[in-house]
Amino acid sequence: MAPPSIADPVVLPTDEHGHGHNPELAHHFEDLTQQRESLELGMWLFLVTEVMFFGGLFLAYLVYRHWYPAQFAEGSHHMDLTLGTINTAVLLTSSLTMALAVHAATVRNKKMLINMLVATIVFGATFLVVKAFEYHDKYVDNHIPFAGLPFGEPSAKYPDGIPEVDRPGAAAFYNLYFLMTGLHAFHMVIGIVLMLVLIYLATKDRLFGESSVIVYNSGLYWHFVDLVWVYLFPFFYLAVAHGWLKGGGGH
Amino acid sequence: MNSPTITEPRRNYLNAAYSVRSWLLTVDHKRIALLYLLSITFFFLIGGLAAAFVRVELMTPQGDLVESETYNKLFTLHGVMMIFFFLIPAIPATLGNFLVPLMVGARDLAFPKLNLLSWYLFMAAGTLGLYATFAGGVDTGWTFYTPYSSTYSNTYVMATALGAFVAGFSSILTGLNFIVTIHKMRAPGLTWFRLPLFIWSIYAASLIMVLATPVVAVAILCVGMERLLGIGLFDPAKGGDPILFQHLFWFYSHPAVYIMILPAFAVINELIACFSRRRPFGYAFIGFSSFAIAIVGFLVWGHHMFVSGQSVYAGMVFSALSFLVAIPSSIKVFNWTATLYKASVSWQTPMLYALGFIGLFTIGGLTGLFLATLAVDVHVHDTYFVVAHFHYIMVGGTVMAYLGGIHFWWPKMTGRMYPEGWAKLSAILIFVGFNLTFFPQFLLGYWGMPRRYHIYPEEFQVLNVMSTAGASILGIGYLFPITYLIWSLRYGKKAPPNPFGHTGLEWTTPSPPPTENFTRVPIVTEEAYNFLPEDTARKVEEETPVGSTIHS
Repeated sequence: MAPPSIADPVVLPTDEHGHGHNPELAHHFEDLTQQRESLELGMWLFLVTEVMFFGGLFLAYLVYRHWYPAQFAEGSHHMDLTLGTINTAVLLTSSLTMALAVHAATVRNKKMLINMLVATIVFGATFLVVKAFEYHDKYVDNHIPFAGLPFGEPSAKYPDGIPEVDRPGAAAFYNLYFLMTGLHAFHMVIGIVLMLVLIYLATKDRLFGESSVIVYNSGLYWHFVDLVWVYLFPFFYLAVAHGWLKGGGGH
Repeated sequence: MNSPTITEPRRNYLNAAYSVRSWLLTVDHKRIALLYLLSITFFFLIGGLAAAFVRVELMTPQGDLVESETYNKLFTLHGVMMIFFFLIPAIPATLGNFLVPLMVGARDLAFPKLNLLSWYLFMAAGTLGLYATFAGGVDTGWTFYTPYSSTYSNTYVMATALGAFVAGFSSILTGLNFIVTIHKMRAPGLTWFRLPLFIWSIYAASLIMVLATPVVAVAILCVGMERLLGIGLFDPAKGGDPILFQHLFWFYSHPAVYIMILPAFAVINELIACFSRRRPFGYAFIGFSSFAIAIVGFLVWGHHMFVSGQSVYAGMVFSALSFLVAIPSSIKVFNWTATLYKASVSWQTPMLYALGFIGLFTIGGLTGLFLATLAVDVHVHDTYFVVAHFHYIMVGGTVMAYLGGIHFWWPKMTGRMYPEGWAKLSAILIFVGFNLTFFPQFLLGYWGMPRRYHIYPEEFQVLNVMSTAGASILGIGYLFPITYLIWSLRYGKKAPPNPFGHTGLEWTTPSPPPTENFTRVPIVTEEAYNFLPEDTARKVEEETPVGSTIHS
């Protein structure tokens, strides 16, 4: 196996490979390509774990929607389609600004990088604020099936409340709604914190050249979170065709 | 000993720095492996202590040592500590951490800081588990089945479940690190088919860690949300299904068995090859069978749920798929035995563990076929037959391989040899004690003794006393290596770079290796396990007076 002679005096690898000269190369990598490829593969693998993490809840959604088709249809009518659509547009736009930020980092455009990161944060925060209003609506409508709240009782908007017989299925719908959108929102908060760190690093000129892979990986994360929403939106808001899509008024 | 002529490297990863800080903030995979080694040994002792209480209680048919509630907490503590805090990290986080970069010819894992973070997550998780224990314990069993864990149990479920949750992330980070390292950091010339089989198995186990662990994490999260807020995803009163928890739980926890056993295969591959002085028979078959086990292992979780009320047709499919796992498993066993055939076998301690592993794993695997059979499972479900079966896999398999591996790479990790006589004695003690402990449990289960009860009919007492007697031998057997390995750190013979004459890059560096692993990047020009007659001769030469012959 052609072993290197083990009686050689210990030589620092930095001396032998000239690593010490490139501050962007961590000591345990051979070259910049290896380093970049490792970081990218690591991020993709992390996203795979995220897919499996959300996957458990998607499975639960599949099971319960199959069990309670009527209650899921009714629940999706209770969603605010306008706010949901606005939020979808906001989030998709934030993915565009994120992609532009990645581009800015690769072409070393500091001003554009910072502007695009700020824009991404603004869009992300807008999404969360709208989401908070939607959650509040659910509270007012008595559509929160936990924390000891009066679930399904009559409210101003829904004077009939949810019939006793439909409540387990409706509870399953809203439990999933809050778990999945809540987990999604939590990921967005992490993403926004990440953007703040990136802005700080950008002001120190530490995101260019080889380090732009940090922006690239953060972008992957942000796009992933965006993609989760692309599934959540139809699952909860468009579970059945809404009345106005069919041209009727009725639900 | 301490021959003055030995050409020890001036600097290695152990003597590079001595401060506590240099250990707690290290990013060296070898030091992190040792941190893990210490931590899991600690958790193993706690889990073992709980097992000792269980076995002593079961000596008599009456419940005379502890109350039922305490007994429930004891077997839960045993299960949680042994599975989440010992077996799952045992081989990957210690031997894997230490060896993966060395075997692929890299200076470290791809993400050294992530590696350290995973140890801290592991310790935080362990602290939570210990907190739950000392605050009053948990009585749900390690499986946390709903609705007991979510609605009814008033013990410290949250802290323990959070511990398992955090430990899961530590495991994910370890698996992710291994996969990236194996893909991107192999030395020049080290193609996939030149890799040691250790790497193939560890890679397959890493895939499971990355793919399965997040699912149990989300299941535990939902149980936590149910206890904390009342988001009853598994609560029938809120339209939920408790069985869904079992599906999500076993989607991880069955593959988790392969997280425990695939790294054990990894170790056995190296031990069998080294002490037979031969390239393993059917290298590619052994390698790909690891992946076959990892893939099919994802499709068999329903065999834990044959009596849960799941569809009979689902049961039949899960049963058939479970039988499939036997094929890659037996490929390995047959290939190992074929490797031994007419080979020049030597009987050092690691080989004793490897041979013990093959026998015990075979018994554990074959009884698994009984359990995969629908009709038989209805009879023996939740009995001691199941307990005996999975202990043959986990203790007879994983722990034997772990101990074999620790002995085999101890010289590399510490630069010291273990005492061969004591090591052989304890290997035999462990083998005898193990069989005496668990073989009677097959009979107990077959005759109908249910698991998780501490009061049982008198006719089961003889077998239970045998089992407890065996457990005491097993316990002493485990204390031996802990004692003499610590002793060897100071008094053991100094180890040459390659004391067992094995092939592989880790044996080309000094023992213990320098911090950066290799003085220059190795270039690989040959297949793995290319044993040459001269190597055997050199090995004999090196076994005689240590020190003078570290070749130049």
